[in-house]
Amino acid sequence: MTAQGPVTKSLQLTEEGQLRHFLTLDGLDRALLTDILDTADSFIEVGERSIKKVPLLRGRTVVNLFFESSTRTRSTFELAAKRLSADVLNLDINTSATSKGESLSDTLLNLEAMASDMFIVRHSQSGAPHFIAESVTPGVAIINAGDGRHAHPTQAMLDMLTIRQHKGRFEGLKVAIVGDVLHSRVARSQIRALQELGVSEVRVIAPATLLPSDVESLGCKVEYDMTRGMKDLDVVIMLRLQKERMEGALLPSEREFYRLYGLNREKLALADPECIVMHPGPINRGVEIESAVADGPQSVILDQVTNGIAIRMAVMSMAMGGQMADRNRQLAERKSQ
Amino acid sequence: MTQMPEVEQLLDRMEQGLRDILEQRGISDPAVIGIRTGGVWLAERLSQRLGLSTPLGELDISFYRDDFSRIGLNPRVKPSSLPFDTEGRDIVLIDDVLMSGRTIRAAMNEIFDYGRPGSIILATLVDLGARELPIQPDIAGQVLSLPSSQRVKLRGPEPLRIELRETGE
Repeated sequence: MTAQGPVTKSLQLTEEGQLRHFLTLDGLDRALLTDILDTADSFIEVGERSIKKVPLLRGRTVVNLFFESSTRTRSTFELAAKRLSADVLNLDINTSATSKGESLSDTLLNLEAMASDMFIVRHSQSGAPHFIAESVTPGVAIINAGDGRHAHPTQAMLDMLTIRQHKGRFEGLKVAIVGDVLHSRVARSQIRALQELGVSEVRVIAPATLLPSDVESLGCKVEYDMTRGMKDLDVVIMLRLQKERMEGALLPSEREFYRLYGLNREKLALADPECIVMHPGPINRGVEIESAVADGPQSVILDQVTNGIAIRMAVMSMAMGGQMADRNRQLAERKSQ
Repeated sequence: MTQMPEVEQLLDRMEQGLRDILEQRGISDPAVIGIRTGGVWLAERLSQRLGLSTPLGELDISFYRDDFSRIGLNPRVKPSSLPFDTEGRDIVLIDDVLMSGRTIRAAMNEIFDYGRPGSIILATLVDLGARELPIQPDIAGQVLSLPSSQRVKLRGPEPLRIELRETGE
């Protein structure tokens, strides 16, 4: 279902190379990823003002279209849109029309009839935001807020912003992603972003049952033993372990997982002393991570949340800008004909 | 071809103009804000000449531009920085080239989002006329009248010089 490569690229980028949707990091080069990070840096400053608002999306309507609930992602998108002066509509589709039998296409047509300018889409099925971007009226920007096991590009970019803030660079960094890589859309997007931005090594640390079969082809170093995997790390990213995976017989027990792959002070001590600890949240204390580490001096987990707002402001304003530039070019072309 | 004026001479005029107007208005401790990029270079020099102690403010007006809906976001946006409280403060706003007045409108909107200033004095190195909004400078280093095919740009930071450019229109 998911379109990749050149198709995605032409869908996501305007002829001038501006962003017009933000669906996946595939096809986005280092220069564009760096533009997103730089723009987000400027939005961080806006968040520190007494009036935390800029007028970029004034009069635009942003719809949070969440087919799968997520309080934190939805609220940071909402806050980001509001700081750009947009009007925000939050739709929790689980409890809405689709449960009455309305199809996705009909829901979208109705939302477009309300003159929406941007959809922030979270869906349990991989490729849903692509599908919407392909069928939506020109001029409406689609932002992927997480689809199935496919991608969660704004999460990956806020992680990159956090790494750059603390390390000042990507070159030469050794970064590990630990835990349930198999089911993680966050991990896929992170691996792609880290490689494009030029870190020296991406390691995945997990039991074989929680690694995708094609993990080697992603260009990562695979490590089953966390004690070995922590060596010389500059950044360790913990993934959330979803409770339902326990029931799927992929893991012996929570306690066993924590013993082998949980991040505690002893394991963290094996990494570089300046190693930062990241987690996309919400954290399961005592399952993936010890409280003393999550709240410790090397943890940057709360910076990730703050950076999430700035990154979302950046991609929303860039995509909306791309859509508007597109429309103006078309208008100008029509006039000249 | 029009002879481009020397920046140092224009800075002398701006400095004198600012001294006069600040004295006239009884302002002893203004906060200086430069608009990126050229305005910041000029603000640094003028602040030094006037012996002001307040650290400089730097504005990047990309988030306030009125042509966002036409051309999208400037990819080279940098954070603004106003390292003082604008509330009630007397401000000297500095830009390199004044034309339509749209940049100044955007800059004033941004300043007000930090707090309500006591007053704003606008000083510009070159005033090209061609205004599209009712905005006038309090001080201009030089008023230049150019054909619409020509524009100027401040180059810097060291040395500062004014460059004449053909727009191709």
